[in-house]
Amino acid sequence: MENRLYKRDIISIADFDRKDLELVLETAAQLKNSPRPDLLQGKVIASCFFEASTRTRLSFETAVQRLGGTLIGFSDAGNTSAKKGETLADSVNIISSYTDAFVMRHPQEGSARLASEFSSVPVINGGDGSNQHPTQTLLDLFSIRECQGKLDGLKVAFVGDLKYGRTVHSLAQALCHFGAEFTFIAPKALAMPDYILEELDEKGIKYRFSDSIEETAPQVDIIYMTRVQKERFDETEYKHIASKYILDVESLKDAKENLKVLHPLPRVDEIAVEVDKTPYAYYFQQAENGVYARQALLALVLNEVV
Amino acid sequence: MRKKLQVEAICQGTVIDHIPAGQGIKILDRLRLLDSNASITVGFNLPSKDQGHKDIIKVTSRKFTEQEANQLALFAPSATINVIDNYEVVDKFKMALPESLQGAFTCPNSNCITHNEPVDTHFYLREHNGDVRLKCKYCEKSFSKDIVAEL
Ligand SMILES: [Zn+2]
Repeated sequence: MENRLYKRDIISIADFDRKDLELVLETAAQLKNSPRPDLLQGKVIASCFFEASTRTRLSFETAVQRLGGTLIGFSDAGNTSAKKGETLADSVNIISSYTDAFVMRHPQEGSARLASEFSSVPVINGGDGSNQHPTQTLLDLFSIRECQGKLDGLKVAFVGDLKYGRTVHSLAQALCHFGAEFTFIAPKALAMPDYILEELDEKGIKYRFSDSIEETAPQVDIIYMTRVQKERFDETEYKHIASKYILDVESLKDAKENLKVLHPLPRVDEIAVEVDKTPYAYYFQQAENGVYARQALLALVLNEVV
Repeated sequence: MRKKLQVEAICQGTVIDHIPAGQGIKILDRLRLLDSNASITVGFNLPSKDQGHKDIIKVTSRKFTEQEANQLALFAPSATINVIDNYEVVDKFKMALPESLQGAFTCPNSNCITHNEPVDTHFYLREHNGDVRLKCKYCEKSFSKDIVAEL
């Protein structure tokens, strides 16, 4: 496959077309099968977390080391010059000059796009505020492809907080390239935003709404769970709605045989622990896949031929 | 004759005609026309053949920059710009909505990185159900033009 991602910045899932996505997923599958500790040999990668996110950082840093690269960077902005008022533009300008790629997470929306304009090396976005987290979407897609053996024409249900969940928005947008059909299960106050629904309409993507996981499970290939945060409701209201958006073994009794349950993790109580032992649970494999998806991106961005 | 009086001749400059009534004052403000040295004549709520009422702005000895014309297209897409030289209309053009606008507005998203960094804001424009939507290149949030322009 032609490497279309060589030297590219990885900022937003909206920058990816179907071929780009397929290239990353295929490369991730190859790297999962046969490790390549040579691909980042001699490369120094900056891992700059202006906002702490332990899991994302560890996943990125593992990916770099598995490919034979070395790391510099920081895990939160506490002791950096950003704290002293330096602009992000200046920080990126300087740090990128030491390195071969710049992995970053930052609490403000648009920070990664801005960084890419001041960096001398490719920037990989590990999350910019509430905006984008493209590597999460890539690992979600990779996990779906892996557990279903394909990506085209799948039926996917999203459950929980569909309003504020950027992972849900990005994944739905990415799945549009593969002609998915969606079911949305969410409390009214946390429904999928109109602008996403408009996008789906424009692309001719079919979707429906439901308020029952149990009724949806027999019809879909993937259930993508997210957490309904208590803080968004008053206590009685929360008690009333929360049980509807909890996945337990009972709600999967008529599920399709190939159904898999995904979750970006960490979970709190929205997936009952008893589900972990069923063949439907796939969220731990999904978390592991984060390393392969990130390896694929790093390998492709930094090597003309992988 | 009556028409001539409404658009009283200026020797050199720009006439913005067919501004929807009520938008004229916004345009004066937004383009900071009163801050310049140019002399300005305005007409508000003038009768108009096709619009019912319209506003008109005449600016002497001043040519519009492309960015000003672009902003104008956002507020008054139906307006026309007449460039006058020696009392003659030498150029007349309708507004076209630009594909993007740089440095003209601040981003309404208070957590957008553009607020504390050395970059111009940058919006992509798109018409949607009769409204103009502006999408920030950086934070990727979309806003209706009224929200962006009121800031
Ligand atoms: Zn913005």
